[in-house]
Amino acid sequence: MVNVDKLQFGLETFGDIVSAENGDLLTAGQSIRQIVKEGQLADKLGVDVIGVGEHHRPDYSVSSPEVVLGAIASVTQNIKLATEVTVLSSDDPVRVYERFATLEGLSAGRAQVMLGRGSFTESFPLFGYDLTDYDDLFNEKLEMYSQLIKEKPVTWQGKFTQTLKDQDVYPKTDYDGIETYIGIGGSPESIIRTAKYGYKVILAIIGGQADRFVPYLDLYKKAASQFGKPIQPVAVHSHGFIADDEDEAVEVAWKNIKANFDRIGLTRGWAPMSREQFDGETKVGSFYVGNPEHVAQRMARTIKLLDLGRFDLVYGAGNQTAAQRERMIELYATKVIPRVKEILSEEG
Amino acid sequence: MAKIKNVGIIGAGKVGIVLAQLALAAGYHVRISGSGSVQKIALTIETLVPGAVPATNQGVVSKSDLIILAIPLSRYKNIKPKLLKDKLVIDAMNYWWETDGIREEVLDPDSTSSEQVQKYFNKSTIVKTFNHMGYHNLQEEARPAGAENRKALFVTGDNKAAVDEVADFVNTMGFDTVVHDDLADGIMTEPGSSLFGASLTKAELQNVIDHFDETEFGQKIKAGKAN
Repeated sequence: MVNVDKLQFGLETFGDIVSAENGDLLTAGQSIRQIVKEGQLADKLGVDVIGVGEHHRPDYSVSSPEVVLGAIASVTQNIKLATEVTVLSSDDPVRVYERFATLEGLSAGRAQVMLGRGSFTESFPLFGYDLTDYDDLFNEKLEMYSQLIKEKPVTWQGKFTQTLKDQDVYPKTDYDGIETYIGIGGSPESIIRTAKYGYKVILAIIGGQADRFVPYLDLYKKAASQFGKPIQPVAVHSHGFIADDEDEAVEVAWKNIKANFDRIGLTRGWAPMSREQFDGETKVGSFYVGNPEHVAQRMARTIKLLDLGRFDLVYGAGNQTAAQRERMIELYATKVIPRVKEILSEEG
Repeated sequence: MAKIKNVGIIGAGKVGIVLAQLALAAGYHVRISGSGSVQKIALTIETLVPGAVPATNQGVVSKSDLIILAIPLSRYKNIKPKLLKDKLVIDAMNYWWETDGIREEVLDPDSTSSEQVQKYFNKSTIVKTFNHMGYHNLQEEARPAGAENRKALFVTGDNKAAVDEVADFVNTMGFDTVVHDDLADGIMTEPGSSLFGASLTKAELQNVIDHFDETEFGQKIKAGKAN
């Protein structure tokens, strides 16, 4: 079922603040430069995609992912450059087009935009939007975006957006236009909306078993057929951590992923992560944690289960050191990816 | 009350769909409505919960013995109180700032969300549960009675008979219960509480509930009440 040759593997970071070897936190600037270095490393080792998130919080260094991706573009050759995600609801679709068309030019056709409603809400008051318009904002801006990326003059009137009268957007792109994904957290409505536009689906599976998404894939395929749109390969993103030693991987991940999730939970009202919860996530859930063999086995299972075209591992959660982050990238590229391909080829 | 056979779910989002799946698996007839037209959710229901019947709010309510409200709290007033008259209703909602916006715009400052839901649906019997465990945990942790490490849900309401009936229902859905007979205690499991988003066994849940006033959130609630 899975076409191993076409399978894409990505790495994504939300721009967590990096920790020095002595445990002190680096600055946001140092953390951003570390991401550029990691993008370069991932490209050199043949990883297909590097993705950078957009957050407006003290625990993350990146609020302007395209700027970081632009820097990575200038020091890499092949790797695709993605946002994870661009919070379209609180952005300006014209600006989104312009930034990605620029990145597309800088990188000679390697830009990917992932649009989402955002699982965080900080961007809404920051850019003057009302959170209760969450759905309407996204719907309207997605429609506007879909017209802009045709790269032809647009006439547009919306409720939350500017009126355009036969206006064109620049720069034009040289390639097939901007590759667009929609980030989906599990809302069936989002799946149907993505199918309707013919964009690609990236499922953010950040908790629980991937198995529950099996019917969602069905929903996507049925919806795409109903709308007469092509069925695109589906991508998944989930958290992970890889180290040479299994026990070390588990302990580093427990400390860091817990710290990361608990810090978020504080502002979002959920309880701290328990060890039982964490262990469940690493054994059968959505944390891909362990030595390369363990992570490869679990990724292969998910890829096969959901018939995926792409798997992105989210790295760097919490405050990991540069050495931990870089070693994880090396192991992912040189051990995990080949092993996943091998497992899937053997199983046929 | 007659034995529950027909379960109606208002809300076809993440929580509503998981509860529909659990109810179907438990052998109930399930009807479910979304915020738009029946047609809008038909494909979703047919694919994610085959066997459940997509319907209008009216269709869901008129044929069900038990109604579950699984919509964002900020939208409960879109449903007319008359529609739920004389019904047993589970409030699976919470005030969650992320989807509901500013509290003052959704709720009065002086009482809990479920008390206000009860006050609004004044001819219905409200019981609060299914509000504090994450939706994918609800899906994955449902177990038959007596299973090892079975998780528990908090069930509370002012009408003791109704609370007991809902507790029986929750048991058939795959969870143990810890039961209170004060709807206002629903606050113990809302966002900010150490129970929100946690999956605990009955003994663990009971323990937190019994010592709620000692928790940080409990202290905060107490201080708020004293004002």
